[in-house]
Amino acid sequence: MKKINLILNGESRTAAVAPHEVLLDVLREKLGVKSPKVGCERGDCGACTILLDGKPVCSCLILAVEVDGQEITTLEGVGRNGPTPLQQSFIRHNAFQCGFCAPGIVLAATALLEKNPQPSAHEAQEALSGNLCRCTGYEAIIESVVEAGREGGGKKKSRKGQ
Amino acid sequence: MSIACEFDYRKPKTLSKAIRLLAKRGRQARVLAGGTDLVGWLRDALVAPDLLVDIKGFDDLKGIGVKNRALVIGALATFSDVLESDLVAEKLPLFREMAGMVASNGVRNRATLVGNICSAVPCCDAGPVLQVYNAVVHVRGPNGKRKIPIGQWFLGPRKTALRPGELATSVAVPFPGKKHAGCFVKLKRYRGEDLAQASVAVLILAGREYRLAFGAVAPIAVRGPRTEALLKGKALSPDLLEEAGRLAVEEVVPITDIRSTKEYRALMVEVMVRRGLKTAASRLAGKGPAYGINVMEEDAP
Repeated sequence: MKKINLILNGESRTAAVAPHEVLLDVLREKLGVKSPKVGCERGDCGACTILLDGKPVCSCLILAVEVDGQEITTLEGVGRNGPTPLQQSFIRHNAFQCGFCAPGIVLAATALLEKNPQPSAHEAQEALSGNLCRCTGYEAIIESVVEAGREGGGKKKSRKGQ
Repeated sequence: MSIACEFDYRKPKTLSKAIRLLAKRGRQARVLAGGTDLVGWLRDALVAPDLLVDIKGFDDLKGIGVKNRALVIGALATFSDVLESDLVAEKLPLFREMAGMVASNGVRNRATLVGNICSAVPCCDAGPVLQVYNAVVHVRGPNGKRKIPIGQWFLGPRKTALRPGELATSVAVPFPGKKHAGCFVKLKRYRGEDLAQASVAVLILAGREYRLAFGAVAPIAVRGPRTEALLKGKALSPDLLEEAGRLAVEEVVPITDIRSTKEYRALMVEVMVRRGLKTAASRLAGKGPAYGINVMEEDAP
């Protein structure tokens, strides 16, 4: 077992992990954050998306030992002082149905708005192309992201819910 | 499903230490960079190493630069790095076009271009583009450094010229030294992320020199020497485009798999070669379209 230190949603955390343990499983089973979902486990569906040092990545394709010393944000770390403007936009548009894909999509879209505060629909589609939703057909999701950007939701530092 | 096999994990501080570790463990060791292929292979039990050597601590393998009239892409440069690099956009925008079609943002933020050719699956997107630029893979091993031309790099599906104990440190893409333009054409089952059903990289150099390479339609990324010879020195007429497309099909050996039948792949290679050549020629003439489009998508120009 190896001890890893990381900043998880702003808090310093440690975990003892075996090298073959996947980050997604360690987050869920050892560190108690359940928002990253176990979906395809091959980097296709995006349900396990987290932010690693601010960038969206598939936590199913990363070993936990690899992230020693890094910063991770999951949905639990977003909007801790109430829903961010982006999340409010998702709610207004009734953008999710079952919600399984929502944590990954919120994180991927949050990262997009940090980088590109006013994305076009095409840019939003591209940024979310690795996040599958089997309920909604995406229209409301894309519109939520574009509108959040248009209304300035993307200009604020919304990543950590501040 | 978790990973069943157990292994050691080391993240050495120096490159020479990494080489020593790799040399000592031979085929039992695997290099870990982005891990987007490797972690999947471990889960599927396609590989069962004793040791993973994580190379992400080596700053000199990061980044993209210029050296000896070549673009040098370090082993740790991700597809996102390639996509966002001003240097790539200015000097070799074909790499940007290709990188933008690799998987999705969440994978591109992790997956490296050099890792893509080390995995060496037949559908790897970087292979055909490196092929048309005659790129050279830089390798370090227990016996020092060596350079492997991309034409000799791929030996078969998931097989490269890398020997046990060796590590690919970068890939150098020589600037052609004259005006040139290209097009990367990727056929997918749907818009958004997918592995290639077929891919074609086209490069046209001033003086009517044409280079073509294909992905996912042969065991490895291959050039199309007969089609290149047919085109050499000629202007692209409609008849010549037709002929080139038909000849290109003879240069590939597609198979049927979950993504496509071999017949569909062959038919589409013909179309892709025509569109790729036309687009590259238009770009060479300064008429666009801008890099970053997929000419196989319905609203493409």
